[in-house]
This record gives sequence, C-alpha cells and structure tokens, in this order.
Amino acid sequence: MKKIRVVIAKPGLDGHDRGAKVIARALRDAGMEVIYTGLRQTPEQIVAAALQEDADAIGLSILSGAHMHICPRVMQLLKEKGLDDVIVVIGGIIPDVDIPKLKAAGVKGIFLPGTPMQSIIDFINSNVRPRAEAV
Amino acid sequence: MKTVTAETDKQRWQREVLEPGLKQAPERPGSFTTISGRPIDRLATPEDLEHFDYSRDLNNPGEFPYTRGIHPGGYRGKLWTMRQFAGFGTPEETNERYKTLLQAGGTGLSVAFDLPTLMGRDPDHELSLGETGKCGVSIVSLADMERLFEGIDLAGITTSMTINSPAPMIFAMYLVVAEKQGADWKKLSGTIQNDILKEFIAQKEYIFPPRESMRLITDIFSFCMKEVPKWNTISVSGYHIREAGSTSLQELAFTLRDGIEYVQYGIDAGLDVDAFAPQISFFFNSHSDFFEEIAKFRAARKIWAEVMRDRFGAKNERSWKLRFHTQTAGVSLTAQQPYNNVVRTALQALAAVLGGTNSLHTNSLDEALALPTAEAATLALRTQQIIASESGVINMVDPLGGSYFLEKLTLDMERGAKEYFDTIDRMGGMVEAIEQGYPQKEIAEASYRFQQAVERREKIIVGVNDYVQEDEPPYPILYIDDTAAERQLERLADLKQTRDNDRVRQSLEALRRAARGTENTMHPLLECVRAYATVGEMCDALREVWGEYAEVPLI
Repeated sequence: MKKIRVVIAKPGLDGHDRGAKVIARALRDAGMEVIYTGLRQTPEQIVAAALQEDADAIGLSILSGAHMHICPRVMQLLKEKGLDDVIVVIGGIIPDVDIPKLKAAGVKGIFLPGTPMQSIIDFINSNVRPRAEAV
Repeated sequence: MKTVTAETDKQRWQREVLEPGLKQAPERPGSFTTISGRPIDRLATPEDLEHFDYSRDLNNPGEFPYTRGIHPGGYRGKLWTMRQFAGFGTPEETNERYKTLLQAGGTGLSVAFDLPTLMGRDPDHELSLGETGKCGVSIVSLADMERLFEGIDLAGITTSMTINSPAPMIFAMYLVVAEKQGADWKKLSGTIQNDILKEFIAQKEYIFPPRESMRLITDIFSFCMKEVPKWNTISVSGYHIREAGSTSLQELAFTLRDGIEYVQYGIDAGLDVDAFAPQISFFFNSHSDFFEEIAKFRAARKIWAEVMRDRFGAKNERSWKLRFHTQTAGVSLTAQQPYNNVVRTALQALAAVLGGTNSLHTNSLDEALALPTAEAATLALRTQQIIASESGVINMVDPLGGSYFLEKLTLDMERGAKEYFDTIDRMGGMVEAIEQGYPQKEIAEASYRFQQAVERREKIIVGVNDYVQEDEPPYPILYIDDTAAERQLERLADLKQTRDNDRVRQSLEALRRAARGTENTMHPLLECVRAYATVGEMCDALREVWGEYAEVPLI
C-alpha cells in the first residue's frame, strides 16, 4: 500500500515550531512520509513543495493570527496548480469565529490546542486513504 | 570478601514501617516522576543530604553562592516587580493598555512586539502579510516609539522589551525617545532581551548568522557600560527553551550555558568582565511541577555565582549575583476550560516567588485562545498581588530552605546542569553546539516524549485528557482585526514622503560601514533612528553586509 505523503509547513513569520515538529514525528511514526519544510514559508513555497513532493495532504501550523491571510491564499494556489485533491489541515490558535470561514475556503480539518495526536493521524488516514488507494 | 554494611535508618524505616504499610495500602500504579520525567523517591531524609554543607551549598541570603537569594532581606523590603508583558495593534492601543496596567498597580512595563518588528520587517514586506499588530505592537520607526510611550515618563519607570535580533534598533529608539523627553541615559533602567542564542535554539526569531549576531550583542555590552550603566543589556532566557518543550533541567543548563557564552564573547571582545557582567540578567519559565521549578531557580543562582567567580575570575559581587525575571508557563495553559488556567498560573507564580524571582509576569487565563483581554490581564496581575499580600510567603526569606527534598533536588539540578556544560564545552561552546543542532535536538526529543506521555495518559492535563467537559460555553476573546495593519501601512507610506530621505540614506550607509568594520554599531544606529529610518531598513542594511541565517529543518 502506498504511504500517505504529508507536507508539514510553517507559514508566516512565527517561529514556534514545537507543534509542527511533534505532529511531523507523530505522523511519521504512524507510517506516513513526512516532509517538513521548516520555517517562514510563503504560500507559493508551500504549494510548490506539495507539487514537487506529490503530497496527499498539507498540514499548516500557525500560531500568529495570520491564518485568515495565509490559508485562503494556499487554497487558491492549490486550485490554480490543479492540486484540488490535496487536503489541507491546520493547527494552531484559531479563534472560533474564523473556523466557518476557513472551512468555506476549503480547509478540511482545523485542530486547536489540546487535540490528541491520534485524532490528527486518524483524520488524515480517513480523509486521504481513499485517494491514495484510487491512485 | 563480602563487606556487610550496616542498615541505614531510611532502609530500616522502609523494612519495618513502609513495606508493611504498602501491603495494607499500596501506592497507585504508574511511576512517580516530575513533569520533566525525573523519577522522585517517596521520601527524603538527612541521608539524602549526606555531603551537604550549609555554608558551601546554601549559605545565608545575600551571601555567596546566593542559593537562598541575592537580597539578604528577601521580599520583606522590596517585593518582586510585577511586570505584565503586553502589546498589540497600534502603538496607541498598547499605550492605553500600559496606562491601565500601571493604574491597576503594575510596577514595570514590558513590551510585546509583533512578528514583523521581531523579524526586522516593515509592514509592507511580503512576509508581514496578516502579521502586523497581531502578536504584539507594531513598531516601524521612532514615530511609533514616541506614540508607544506617550505620557509615560521613561526616567520614572523600568521597561522591559522583548526584542532580540533587532534589539539594537529598538533600544536605540527607546534611547532617542528618552533623549527627547529630556531623560538622562545614565538614569534609565530596564531590560532588552537581546538573547540571540535561545532564538537559534528555540524561538527561531533570528535574522543574522550566529557570529555577527554575537557581535551586535557585545557592541551593546560595550556601549551600555559607558552610556547606559543601569540598563540590563541582556536577559538570558530559558523561557522559550522551556516553551519549545525542554525539560526543567535542559532549560536551566542551556540558559546558563548561553550566559557563559555571552560572557566569554564579551571577554574575547576585550571587555573587562566586571564592567559588563553586572548588567546581565536572566529570564526563566515557571512551569507546573512545583518543587522542580523552585529547585531550578535556586540552583541557577548557585551555579551562576560559581561560574562567574571560578570560571571567569570575576571579582565584583554584582557579577556573581544572578537576577532573574520569571513568566508562568504559557504552554501549560489549555484552551479547554480556560478558567482552570487561573489556578495553574497561581501555583506557578507561587513557585517563582518561593524560588526568589526578582520580577514576575503571570499569564492570563485566555492565553491558549488569543492575546489577553484587559479583564484577563488584570486578573493575572491580581494573582500576584494576592500572593504578595495574603499568602504570607513573603514574611520569611527562602522559607523552603532546608527541606530535605528541595535541597536534594537543587543539588541534582546543579549536577545535571554541569554535565550539560561539559558536553557543550567539548563541542567548543554554545555557538558550535547550535551549529551542530545539539540543543535543538535535545529539546525536540523531550517535547515528543512529553506529548507521548500525555497521549498515553501517563501525564494528566485536567480538562484535556482527563476530567473532560463536552459542550463548553464559548469564552469571549480579544479579536485583533486588520485595522492596525492598514493604519501602520498608511503611516509607513506617509513617513517615506515626509522624512528627510537623504539623511536616511546617509545614516544607513554609515551603518553598513560600521558592520563591515569594527566600529560599535550602536552609534550609527542612533543616527538612523533619529533620521526616522524604519526597523526594516536598518535590518536590511545589515542583511546586505552579513547575510541571513537559515536553519536546516529537522524533525
């Protein structure tokens, strides 16, 4: 069975990478191929990484409050590159009022502080698996 | 030949009293460890302190090695400074919050800058998209700094500024605002964080490569020795190391080893250790494991006193004394059941006070959700005031001194930190250890281990993996929209029209020249600031000369 490929990225200027690194390791330990882009990636760089790495999913970690600028831009670029089937999940400090807007922009999963790692693994497995198997 | 050793009193107690007792009432399953994973024995007795020596290991408050505190009178004279970190949106909005905190009895200011400012980018840079004014206050030029401190007398207050890579630029702005208020630089008191090593290790807000960054720091040491002698030139910080997931011991060891690196670079730059070391201060986290944290603070003072006297040969007692600020652990706060965070913060604040902190920030209950509302920030300050006024812990200096458990933990922390020092010394120093990714990897390991322990419910977080409550009511947060960003963008455009752009160009060129050569960068920076050059322009001038640091992403 093909391994799920996930790009974990930290967009924006925020350098708090604890969450991104912990999730990257948890996904890798759960059997996924994880590509961690490192810090301060622009939406363009993130989408280019997803394209180059043939990613099934993108995980964005944002704690700075810039999510309403970054996420819609990532979604738009994915569409432009024909990568609409790549699922996007985000983790971080996201005010409740922004959640419906992010979902409307096409973000599949939003994980707030305190989410068990297993829930994120399960979410990616169940949302990506059908696509990976169809290939 | 077999030697028979006599049974100790503790062993006798275990055999005669404990074991029968455990048969009746067994201990709960699982291991007894601190939040950092350190195993804890059930009882400490004088046997655990067999080689303990009061005057060597503790001594009285105000006496070397200051384990019991640097002030002989503890908090009976001056309380710790209640310094609440705050900043958001435009300088005017933050100025208003400062006035609220000062009216509520806060005794010092602490500036939180937004990410573009921290990263040396102007609001019109591509990477500033959505970031201006979000995590802190946006400061673009001297004009913003004047707005930030409008109506606040800089000679009459102490200000702490959490700024690292652009510390020299922001500090220069502060000095020019003071100058315009007519304040004497020699009387100014406050702190710039200016700790770049922990940025490479943990918080990752670096701009320039390590060695050039260290040069900016020694330039500040040298400038302040003469010009701003009461200023804390650096706040060597464990806070961010801990927030990034380190253990308590790693926080202690890496922070103090960073301190050693700064002192060594200062000496290597030709400065007299006793002329700049008294201006070095520290900043620790106070996390949830009560005794481990208190032991950490006490061990820190002891280790630093010995390092300064014995490793560096400092003669001035002020060089030996470790002064520190503490912030309660933001990372321990939960988005679930946010009112629980008030209790966590109170316990962490109490640990900091019992550990002898010189200044304290208590986090607001909504920290895991957003920047604090004014109500939440006031409650956080009240938490400190209740400890100071009602708990009685301030009556006696170092009230826990002599506790078998605490003294043993303090010695264990000291020993563990020295082992880390040896490892880092063998690598050639902290800059070299960072270049090899050593502290970064140690912290990532510890952070993953902790997360796994939470996942397996070996460590319980109330409201998160136990005592969970479904359908929590929403908590009202401070929502920061884009009006501050729009305002700052307009102002930046205006500034570029109205200032003397020739003067800006010339001052930036002088800064580049200083960066290429050996002239102290603070002098040309002050000129750039007076010409209203922006933070982004000043940092770009140095980027052109020194380049930018990029870390290799590791997981």
